[in-house]
Amino acid sequence: MSKKRINDIKINMLKASYAAGEGHLASSLSVTDILFVLYNSSVKISLDLIDSNDRDFIILSKGHASLAHAAILADKKIITKGQLISFCSHNSILGGHLDRDKVPGVEASTGSLGHGISMSIGIAIGAKIQKKPNKIFVLVGDGESNEGTFWESMLLGAQHNLDNLYCIIDYNRSNDRAIKLDSFEDKLSAFGWDVEVIDGHSHIEIATALMKNSPGKPKAIIANTIKGFGIKEMENNPAWHHKVPSSDELISMIDELS
Amino acid sequence: MRKQFVETVSKIIEDDEKAVLLLGDIGVYGFRDVISRFPDRAYNIGILEQSTISLSAGLSLFGLVPIVHTIAPFIVERSLEQIKVDLCYQNLGVNLVSIGASYDYAGLGCTHHCPADVSILNEIPNMQIVVPGHPKEFDQLFTQNYNNKSPTYFRLSESSNNKPYDTEFGCNIILQEKGDVVILAIGPMLSIVLDAAYELDVTIIYCTTIKPFDFLSIKPFLNKKILIIEPYYSGPILLNILRENNNLVGDFTSIGVPNKFINKYGSKDDIDQMIGLDSRSIRKKIIEKINE
Repeated sequence: MSKKRINDIKINMLKASYAAGEGHLASSLSVTDILFVLYNSSVKISLDLIDSNDRDFIILSKGHASLAHAAILADKKIITKGQLISFCSHNSILGGHLDRDKVPGVEASTGSLGHGISMSIGIAIGAKIQKKPNKIFVLVGDGESNEGTFWESMLLGAQHNLDNLYCIIDYNRSNDRAIKLDSFEDKLSAFGWDVEVIDGHSHIEIATALMKNSPGKPKAIIANTIKGFGIKEMENNPAWHHKVPSSDELISMIDELS
Repeated sequence: MRKQFVETVSKIIEDDEKAVLLLGDIGVYGFRDVISRFPDRAYNIGILEQSTISLSAGLSLFGLVPIVHTIAPFIVERSLEQIKVDLCYQNLGVNLVSIGASYDYAGLGCTHHCPADVSILNEIPNMQIVVPGHPKEFDQLFTQNYNNKSPTYFRLSESSNNKPYDTEFGCNIILQEKGDVVILAIGPMLSIVLDAAYELDVTIIYCTTIKPFDFLSIKPFLNKKILIIEPYYSGPILLNILRENNNLVGDFTSIGVPNKFINKYGSKDDIDQMIGLDSRSIRKKIIEKINE
């Protein structure tokens, strides 16, 4: 059931990208499972909760994976299918990086890397100051972790004992060609985070990791993923980082997912 | 102004349970009482300015009112993209309060100078810019505006005017109306300007809010010779006037810090004299303008 639902979400992403002539499909496919589980698990977020003070916060720090976020917001009926297919058109609410003032359910306007993680630290400290139980889930790219602000945030999260913060790292290794993040787990542990390594395409592993944490420690979930996951031509193929399918490619990719 | 900043903000932290102070490992001794009494809302957050700005955006997203304080070049220039995206694009009510205006840290050299702060921030939509000229004015302007739900920059300087005026956010004050030359004095330049203009027939307008600029106050004077005297790189006020009326034809002179690295040390006064922002040099410019 959820396999079919995920593939339908991916098909909608492909169609929106094709219609727009825009979008970071491979990065979006890398995080589709993680975002799907975030919106369909123990996390307190739904159409009814998006304006509630009781909601949990989901921040897509790697803002270029907006297609996946938008497609899941459409799946959850937080935005409409029509809005999704208008992706990146002139009057659309959806751009290549989502704007919190336009898109319901989007907590932060991200796009420049290394900002969402630090904003999440602030939201988490804000919840602590006000003694609120909200949890904060932030999805960061492995390439994004090159940014100095990522490591500044690792210092801050541990210093302030942010056990209401979950940082999920989309570890698809697309960044290895620039900087190898070997022993990533050790690095984050050394910074004082509670670290768990999971298969970022296994819904059960993602959901389980989101439910456990160590008191007094922020949690880092290193999710091993495949960039372009689900479409063979796109998987781990750098050519597809910012490429849009032709009509023939669209048909064959939809076939592959159907 | 530093002392007033501590007093004003300490009172706000005490009175307003939404206010949060983030210090970039400076001013910590001054705020030691507040930090010990309100440890969950007054932080020495550390020397990580970029993350501090984003973090302040996060606090604002959660309904709090952050006040971020560190030295001008580090808060403005190092964290510029965070200010642009996280504060201004998202239009969040975060207060930035800098110390070490232009070349206040004259002896420390160019790494600690920041005469570009106002020009840079002036270019970011939604950003408000306040340049108080006296500690009491900082108190008035900050207390009125810290909770105004927009990103606002307060530029604190070591130098200040001899006396305070009743300042209001977004409002210039017309101090005297005489002659054909209109001097627009910005923040801590006012005392120097008053000294320089002694017994000269000039109009003097005092400005402490750079953005939004109070265009209406100068509208009746646009047919006169206007001399703008700014304590940072010259230009932002003139730009803001032109943005109100792009077809404006007038007689404007903008005097401020020249667009050069100031690679001399000494005191602020030494540099004022070197670059012509002392009262004697300014008096010469005013007289030239009167005689034009």
